[in-house]
Parts: sequence; C-alpha cells; structure tokens
Amino acid sequence: MPKLDAAFAALADPTRRAILARLALGEATVMELAEPFEMTQPAISHHLKVLEGAGLIGRRVDGTKRPCRLAPAGVDAIDQWLAMLRDALAKNYDRLDAVLAAMKPAGRKDMP
Amino acid sequence: MSKMTIKTEGDTHVVVTRRFAASPEAVYRAHTEPSLIQKWLLGPDGWTMPVCINEPRPGGKIRYEWSNGKGGGFSLTGEYLELVPFSRIVHVERMHVPDPTPDNHVETRFEPDGAGTLMTMRMTLPDAETRAAMLATGMEHGMEASYVRLETMI
Repeated sequence: MPKLDAAFAALADPTRRAILARLALGEATVMELAEPFEMTQPAISHHLKVLEGAGLIGRRVDGTKRPCRLAPAGVDAIDQWLAMLRDALAKNYDRLDAVLAAMKPAGRKDMP
Repeated sequence: MSKMTIKTEGDTHVVVTRRFAASPEAVYRAHTEPSLIQKWLLGPDGWTMPVCINEPRPGGKIRYEWSNGKGGGFSLTGEYLELVPFSRIVHVERMHVPDPTPDNHVETRFEPDGAGTLMTMRMTLPDAETRAAMLATGMEHGMEASYVRLETMI
C-alpha cells in the first residue's frame, strides 16, 4: 500500500502515462524516451523522477546512462489501463448488440 | 464472457475481434450509417456523439465529435480508402486531443460466422512509440473509473 498518493499523482499526467506505456515495450534511456514525446531531456527527467518516486519505474546504472524500466506496480498500472480500454470497447460493442437486435427484420429468429 | 479480444501484434499493430449475432450486412451498416453509429460508438457512460459525418466511399470523409455533456469533448477525423460491402472497410483516422495524433490505418473485416458475424479490426500505427501513446490516450477516457479501480489494485 505504500506511495498510493504519489502513484495517483504520477498517473494523472498524460505524458507520464505515455512514458509508462512506452516502457511496457522494454527498457529505455532518457534520450530514447524524449524523442517520441518531442520534449527536452530535462523535462523527461523530471517526469521520470516523479514516476520513480511513486514506485512505478526502476532505474539501473549502465556507465553514464541510467536506463528505465517498469517496476511491478507500473506493470500492474499498464495492465489496468489495458483493462480500461477493453471495458470501453466492450461497452461500445454491447451497445452495438442492442442496435443490431433492433435492426433485425421481424420474424427472423434464426440468430442465436 | 469473452466475445471480444484485443491484443497487440508485432511492433505496430493492435487487433480487436468481436462476434455479433447479426449478419455481416447489418454489422457493416452499423459501422457506416451515422444514425446507427451514434447509438453505440460512445465509449464510457455519459458520453454522446453530437456530430457524426460518415461518407462510405473511397475518399469519403469521417468526422466524429464526442461530448461528455459537461463541456469536455474530443473528435476524430478520417478518410475511407477502400470499401467492399458488406465484408471489408479500410480507412485512416486520427484523434484530435486537440492536436492530431499520427494516422492510424484501420482494416475492418466482417466475416460470416455461423448465423452471425466475426469482426476483425486491425489497426496499424506508424511505429511502436505511437502505438504506446495511442493506447495511453485511449485509456485516458476511462481515467475517472480507473482511479476507483486502481485504489483496489495498488
């Protein structure tokens, strides 16, 4: 249960959520993270510090680099987001089921 | 119930499948006729689609505008590349949040499946980073609910 407030604060920012999603693809350096987001390295470093403080990412030392990777809590957060996306899509398609049922011509009872 | 699947494929694809208890023609029409689209393509509870422009012909325009009824909203624009009634649609789309996201190339197939339809929607993003950002953006619209769920998780 530690760092709950910090995790919520960290996840409230869309760039930080995108960084987490990027790290879901694998370890990355600050430079690699800065590129797709069109942000400066100091700006990305700030976001990484927040994510690290919240326990969502971990960093290791590799010479002068400190590559980042998802921490277990970050993996859980990504899974949760994918579940959210799945829920929103599933809700759409459940509504579509109802639309399709209403479209069916009367008398056709051959659909399951 | 697992009627729907969503998975990433390779570095740049997202593939969604869903089965429907209706003919491919009906499912295809529900994806291309504005009066039908506005009834279901809404996302989280409370959202509506006040603007729905859909011109199902090659080069035809797509424009969807969503609103949460509290001043919040976003839109999606796109163009059709190819349509084969009632089996295949190819289009490109982008979200405006408010800056446009990179183009998402989408192929949607509707195949007979018993008495119903199997829909397969294959999205192709320009690169892995864009796909990650798109998934993160798509997730955003459920953030309110996700906070509640996250509380039970962390």
